[in-house]
Formats: sequence, structure tokens, C-alpha cells
Amino acid sequence: MTGTAALTMAGRSLRISRRSPDALIAALMLPVMLMLIFVYFFGGAIDTGTAYVTYVVPGAMLLCAGFGAASTAVSVADDMKNGIVDRLRSLDVGGVPVLAGHVTASVVRNLVSTTLVLAVALAIGFRPRASAPAYLAAAGLLVAYITAISWLAATLGLLAKSPEAAGGFTFLMMFLPYPSSAFVPIDTMPSWLHGFAGHQPLTPVIESLRALLLDRPAGNAPWTALAWCAAITALAVTLAGVLFRRRTR
Amino acid sequence: MTPRALGIHATGLTKSYGDLRVLDGLDLSVPRGSVLALLGPNGAGKTTTVRVLTTLTAPDSGTARVAGHDITGARALVRERISLTGQFAALDDLQTGAETLRMTGRLTGLSAREARARAGELLDRFGLSEAADRLTKTYSGGMRRRLDLAASLVGKPAVLFLDEPTTGLDPRSRAELWDLVRELRADGTTVLLTTQYLEEADRLADRVTVLDSGRVTAEGTPAELKARVAGHRLDLTLTSRDAYEALTARAVHHDPGALTLGLPTDGTAAHVRALLDELDPDRTGVERFTLRTATLDDVFLALTGAPR
Ligand SMILES: Nc1ncnc2c1ncn2[C@@H]1O[C@H](COP(=O)(O)OP(=O)(O)O)[C@@H](O)[C@H]1O
Ligand SMILES: [Mg+2]
Repeated sequence: MTGTAALTMAGRSLRISRRSPDALIAALMLPVMLMLIFVYFFGGAIDTGTAYVTYVVPGAMLLCAGFGAASTAVSVADDMKNGIVDRLRSLDVGGVPVLAGHVTASVVRNLVSTTLVLAVALAIGFRPRASAPAYLAAAGLLVAYITAISWLAATLGLLAKSPEAAGGFTFLMMFLPYPSSAFVPIDTMPSWLHGFAGHQPLTPVIESLRALLLDRPAGNAPWTALAWCAAITALAVTLAGVLFRRRTR
Repeated sequence: MTPRALGIHATGLTKSYGDLRVLDGLDLSVPRGSVLALLGPNGAGKTTTVRVLTTLTAPDSGTARVAGHDITGARALVRERISLTGQFAALDDLQTGAETLRMTGRLTGLSAREARARAGELLDRFGLSEAADRLTKTYSGGMRRRLDLAASLVGKPAVLFLDEPTTGLDPRSRAELWDLVRELRADGTTVLLTTQYLEEADRLADRVTVLDSGRVTAEGTPAELKARVAGHRLDLTLTSRDAYEALTARAVHHDPGALTLGLPTDGTAAHVRALLDELDPDRTGVERFTLRTATLDDVFLALTGAPR
């Protein structure tokens, strides 16, 4: 029953996002544009030891996921604000299925936009050298990451008092890729930032994606990345359950 | 009446938000298959009452049984048997009418096929078949209300809550909605509706509960309530502004433009004569009078003291 409810809610969110072309185009275009800006405007000045496009693709994919998740926070806050949530609760649909619907739709949306980013990257010279299992591992890790930040976004959507505030909260999430190894190598940053940039959750995700896609040794990074994703998801789901109950009393 | 025969039975419900006591020992009972109108001005606590009875908000104290189950002890069972149409339509602008109803069907546990069939049935019954595949953002206010009501009927509830179902509707849509409520009652559904419109309570409800500041100030059939207050109203047209001001506090109906005030009376010659002598002993203040049957508005005013 809970599973059916979550799938039904996911169908709803997907239909609604398919019908909001403005939001959809923004979510698709922005990450692609940012990637192009990085590659063509800044790329020449950044020395990463490889072609810059090759360096920047994993970061661009995560940036893309950040944008997608941001809209999830806003739609959750929207649902909480209007009568929909009362209708759902009077149908005895619990908080987790309601949010799981949003998260599932968010993951699907994000996979579409990530694929687009990847396609554009290939068109401008990105040449991955991964084996089939490495591709699968990279895709799996990406899904785990998108799931984690989508849950985080849904939780922020519950925490926010209004959809506008929810939009503000997610700004932080979209900012997180910058102080990591996403766009420039960490050792080019000021030294006081090394500790944070080297240990924040995005860095192992980016390092693993880079290693897997380019057929380089990844070391422990994929496991660290997965652990971060699992921890964030678990925390967000738990928090979301509590917040949903609190917000709807 | 035994509690078993009651669709809704509430005793001593209280609810405060901070220092504001929104429900102040509310008692309600609605026999199965009947319509109760919860009548009250803005801020009386109608929506809060509905939220408590539909298990969306927990009361601070008091108990209630809805469709035979306790609202705090057996929340899930209550939710299975009830449905709610809120004060503001709970619709997604970017879903069609048919999608809205199918989604609700799936959430009430119907299979995909059953949900589709039920959606078709309800769209037909609510005159929305033509608009079934249009996004609800293109619907008129009346259509949105009908779809919202249809969505709340997908699960065939035994007890239906309607919070100000006709507020903001044009007269024709309102009349259509009234017909739908009468049909539901005829099918045996227990209905609690809230309204600020006295006419609505009079037309639809078997019984009326008047709510003011979270307390029941009167309860009865529309006819009983009218009779209880006075039955008639004596409208006095006064000769001067001074005469008008002197009597305004006793009136239940005010028309300062025409210098007319209405006062409750039982309508007998003896009472009317005594009232005129008392109000205007030197026979200069009152120019003319008319005697009218009290409307529910007069009742409402007399019972809540709230000017409308
Ligand atoms: N969640 C809430 N927090 C604080 N005050 C509330 C809340 N809900 C309702 N109130 C207050 O309770 C009173 C009754 O509200 P409500 O039940 O919505 O009345 P009605 O539906 O009769 O207009 C109002 O003064 C309203 O401001
Ligand atoms: Mg209200």
C-alpha cells in the first residue's frame, strides 16, 4: 500500500514537472550553460593536467543534480502550503510516501538532465575510457547521490515556512560543488579551505566519478562516497518523517 | 439517541493556539444520514472543528467519535470512513480532472482499473465529462469545487465534511452544489458542512449548530431556531437621528440610511403595542412600523451578537 502510494505520488510529480516547461528548461539548460562557461571561459586559465572538459564533467553532473533537487524543495513546500497535504492526510497517506513521490520524480528528472549534460560534454570533446562495469558503477553512484540530495531537498522543503524560503535554502546545496574538487583542483585553493574542500561529501563523489569514467584507480573514494550518500539519505528520511508529523499537527 | 446511531459525536472539545482559545468545550452530535450545518461568523472556529473531527489536528482535550471510531485512538479507521473537502480546493493546477480522480482512487486503495472506472463515474455525475482531459487550471470556480467534492467521494465515505463549500461561488454553481449535497444525503451519507450563509443552513441542513468563539450558542432545526428567538421582527422607521441612536442598541436589524431599526417580537398585538409604548412613550420618535417574519439572519444576530 505504501509502495503504491509512493508510485502514485511519483506519477503525479512527474506529470506536473513535464507540464511546467519553464522550470524544466531552466533545470536542463542551466547546468549545460554553466558547463560551457567553465569549459570555454575559465577552462583555458585552469590547469588540471588533462583537457578541462574531461576534468569538469563530474562536477557539472553534480551541479545539475543540485539544480534539480532545488525544485523538489520548492514543490514540497508548495504542497505543504496549500490544501493538498490535508487531502492526502485525510486519505491516510503518510509523510514518507508523499515525499518519496517527490524524490522519485526528482531522481527521474535529474537523470534526464544529467544525460543531457553528458551528451553535450561528449559533443565538445569529453572522452571517457571506462569499461562497462565502471560505467555501471558510476551510474549507480550518481543515482545514490541524486537520491541523497533529493531527500535532503525534500526535508528542506518541509523545514521551510514558504516555497520562497525553500528556494533560498537550496541555494546552499547548489553552492556546495564550488568548494570541492569539482571545478578546480583543491591544491589551487587557499590553504584554510583545504580541510573543508578535501573532506566535504561532494569531493569523494566527484573523485570516484572521475576515476571510474577515466579508468583510473579510485582507491577508497567510491566507498567513502557511498557512505556519505547513505548517511545523508538516512538522516533526511528520518528527519522528514519527524518534520512531516510536526508540520501537520 | 444512542452513540451508535450517530455519525459524529463530540463532547467537550477544546483547542488553543497560544493564548487564543479557538474551541472552548464544543459538543456536537450528528445522526447518521443527516446533514448538520455548523454556522458561524469568520473566526468562530469552524475550520478548526472540521480539522479536529477529520483527525488532521489533535484536540487539547475532549473526545469525539466519527463514523463509530475514536478520532485519537483509531485515527486510521476514521480516515478510512470519512472524507474532507477543505475551504480551499485541494487541486493540482497541472493535472486534468480525470488524472486527479484516478490518483485519488489509487491512494484510497483501488486498482488502476477500478480507479479509472470510478473516475469516469464521478466525472459523469458531476457534469465534468467534457472537461475530464483539461488541466484543472482552466476550470471555473464552480467546476473546481465540483471536482474537489468528486475527489473527496472517490472512497465512498460514510461521513463527509465540507468546509464552506459554496463560499465564493456564483448563485448557479451554489444551487448545483446544494443539489449534490441533497443527493448524498439521500444516499445515506452523513454530512457536516460549515457555512457563513444562513440561507444555506436553512436550505440544506436537518439541524443547525450555531458556533461563536469556539462555543455552541444555539442548536436545533432551522424552524426551531427561528421560533426560539422571537418569530417576528418589528421594523420601526424613526423620525430623527437622535431617536435612531437612542434605540440602536436594542435592535437586531439596522438601516441607518432609512433610519430604520428592527426589534424582535412575538408578533402579537399586545406585545407590539407594549413595545411601541415602551420605546416611544411620548409618541414622537416612531414615524411608522412594519411587522415581518424573522429571517435566519435575525436569529444569527440575536444568537451570536455578531454584526453581519
Ligand atoms: N494554526 C493556527 N495557529 C494559530 N491560530 C489559528 C490557527 N488556526 C486557526 N487559528 C485561529 O483560530 C480562530 C478560528 O479559526 P478557524 O477555525 O479557521 O475559524 P473559521 O473557520 O470559523 O473562520 C481564528 O482566530 C484563527 O486565526
Ligand atoms: Mg474557516
